[in-house]
Amino acid sequence: MTESAAVEVRRASVALGGRPVLRGVDLAVVPGDFVALMGANGSGKSTLVRAMVGLRPLVGGEVRLFGTPLDEYDAWSRIGYVPQRATAGSGIPASVWEVVAAGRLTRRKLLRPLSKADRAVIDDALEVVGLADRRRDAVTNLSGGQQQRVLIARALAGEPELFFLDEPTAGVDLPNQQVLADTLGRLKERGATIVLVAHELGPLAPLVDRAVVLRDGRVAYDGPALRDHEVHQPWFAEPHTHHHHHDHVPHPSTPLGTEPHLPGDRP
Amino acid sequence: MTALQLFNEPFMQRALIAALLTGLAAPAIGTFLVQRRLALMGDGIGHVAVTGVALGLATGASPLWTAVLVAVLGAVLIEVIRERGQTNGDVALALLFYGGLAGGIFISGLGGQSAAALNRYLFGSLTTISSADVLVTMVLAIAVVGLCVGLAPQLFAVAQDQEFARVAGLRVRVYNVLVAVLAAVSVTVAMRTVGLLLVSALMVVPVATAQQLTRSFRSTIGAAMVLGTLASVGGLVAATFASYEVTVAPGPTIVLLALACYAVAWPIGIWQRHRARLREPFAPGEAVVSHEACGEHPHAHGPGCGHLAVPHDDHVDYVHDGHRHAVHGAHYDEH
Repeated sequence: MTESAAVEVRRASVALGGRPVLRGVDLAVVPGDFVALMGANGSGKSTLVRAMVGLRPLVGGEVRLFGTPLDEYDAWSRIGYVPQRATAGSGIPASVWEVVAAGRLTRRKLLRPLSKADRAVIDDALEVVGLADRRRDAVTNLSGGQQQRVLIARALAGEPELFFLDEPTAGVDLPNQQVLADTLGRLKERGATIVLVAHELGPLAPLVDRAVVLRDGRVAYDGPALRDHEVHQPWFAEPHTHHHHHDHVPHPSTPLGTEPHLPGDRP
Repeated sequence: MTALQLFNEPFMQRALIAALLTGLAAPAIGTFLVQRRLALMGDGIGHVAVTGVALGLATGASPLWTAVLVAVLGAVLIEVIRERGQTNGDVALALLFYGGLAGGIFISGLGGQSAAALNRYLFGSLTTISSADVLVTMVLAIAVVGLCVGLAPQLFAVAQDQEFARVAGLRVRVYNVLVAVLAAVSVTVAMRTVGLLLVSALMVVPVATAQQLTRSFRSTIGAAMVLGTLASVGGLVAATFASYEVTVAPGPTIVLLALACYAVAWPIGIWQRHRARLREPFAPGEAVVSHEACGEHPHAHGPGCGHLAVPHDDHVDYVHDGHRHAVHGAHYDEH
């Protein structure tokens, strides 16, 4: 397999409470790629991203980050994780600046104060997502779209090369989605690798190099970017229609009439 | 004896030092407990520590050290149960509450201790602290405050978003156990000041008070430590003066003073949040679509007219009976 993959998933299986959620997923993302993981609710796309960063234990297969197996991986400053927004609030008020500054922890030593360079990066991250003027506000006073941008700024503050974003556009209004798209566009120009979970792409669509559609925990499509309506075509809901029997042997489906790309191949 | 003479007494000075340090340490760790929605954890550890104190009294060992030991064990146990059994963590906490308290009273009975000896730890007894106890209290309290402030960025990140912290490479479990251990240590630090049964109040009430008025984590933890110190030193002094007339225990006085601060801060916080909502600008692009003029309006809005002025794009709205008036020619529009 590709040695140079930023993230590589090999025959990965994940079960939640005994129920299989991912079944033998293969996927490799090369540096600089912008990949959208798509699929219906419950298709396993969020689970796949969470497995890639080590938040979901695998029951089979393996995940490698920059060529290193996940268990041995420790260069977390290269990874920027943007979780779903539900986790933004907490019992104690926290200002926008404080939440973003937490993202710098991947590059800070214990018991050392923030250096000038650290502060400059945090300010830059706030600037990129357009929230520099809200830095003193409590996060809970922001709108949903703004909170999502705070979480992206937090990932930016660690200056990572590889971003994982879990449904950044869910519940975000269109103007905020546009800001989000502009931000991600700038990251892409800087050469960042981006793996993004989305139900619908919206304004992000022009940025996507490659789409991976999951269905029932399996890769149902891996190839050039799709438009939103194509993901929800009936043949994605039922990829077995050209067979006359139902089986659980994974096999490649060819929804667009092209050969599916093997993980690791560039479309 | 005049007040000045009283404060010259060594026992009073020891009590003041203990109160000051407790007031600093308890809210510092309490902030992290409240942030993780574990406000009652301090109470649980306090109950467990009762068993430790009773063990110390019964065996003749220093009750302070046995309390630290048992409280740390109890705190780690609570943390492990919380991590493993997600659904009935509160039941596990309750088991430890009752087990700790019952065990303590049972053991002190076996050891032939009077209830009064245990009472000193249950409800605090600032004025009977020995010099050795003050020294241990000082060391432990300074350790708690030092770790809470020094590791604040890491502890904040873990408490704020556990999953993000894990992907950032932080050892989440180590920090969780550290918070539990620090909570246990500050429980035993505070046990002579406010007593084991009221210890959680000093960890939680100043934080809840600070939270009413703050917008950031740093100002919350700072204000909570100031409020905690004010309450515990103020409570001790108030109780000492009141003791000329009637019997007043310092522990409950401290807690009541902390609660009084909360009672003052609460309405101010509500009023502040109300004002913040009124000032909240309209989102850009959210222009008023239709032109809605308000009816008869005898009042002329202007600077200093008594209505809150909110800048809105190129003009100023005045908040008036729950809606916003904007000058438009000779009349006002509803914005």
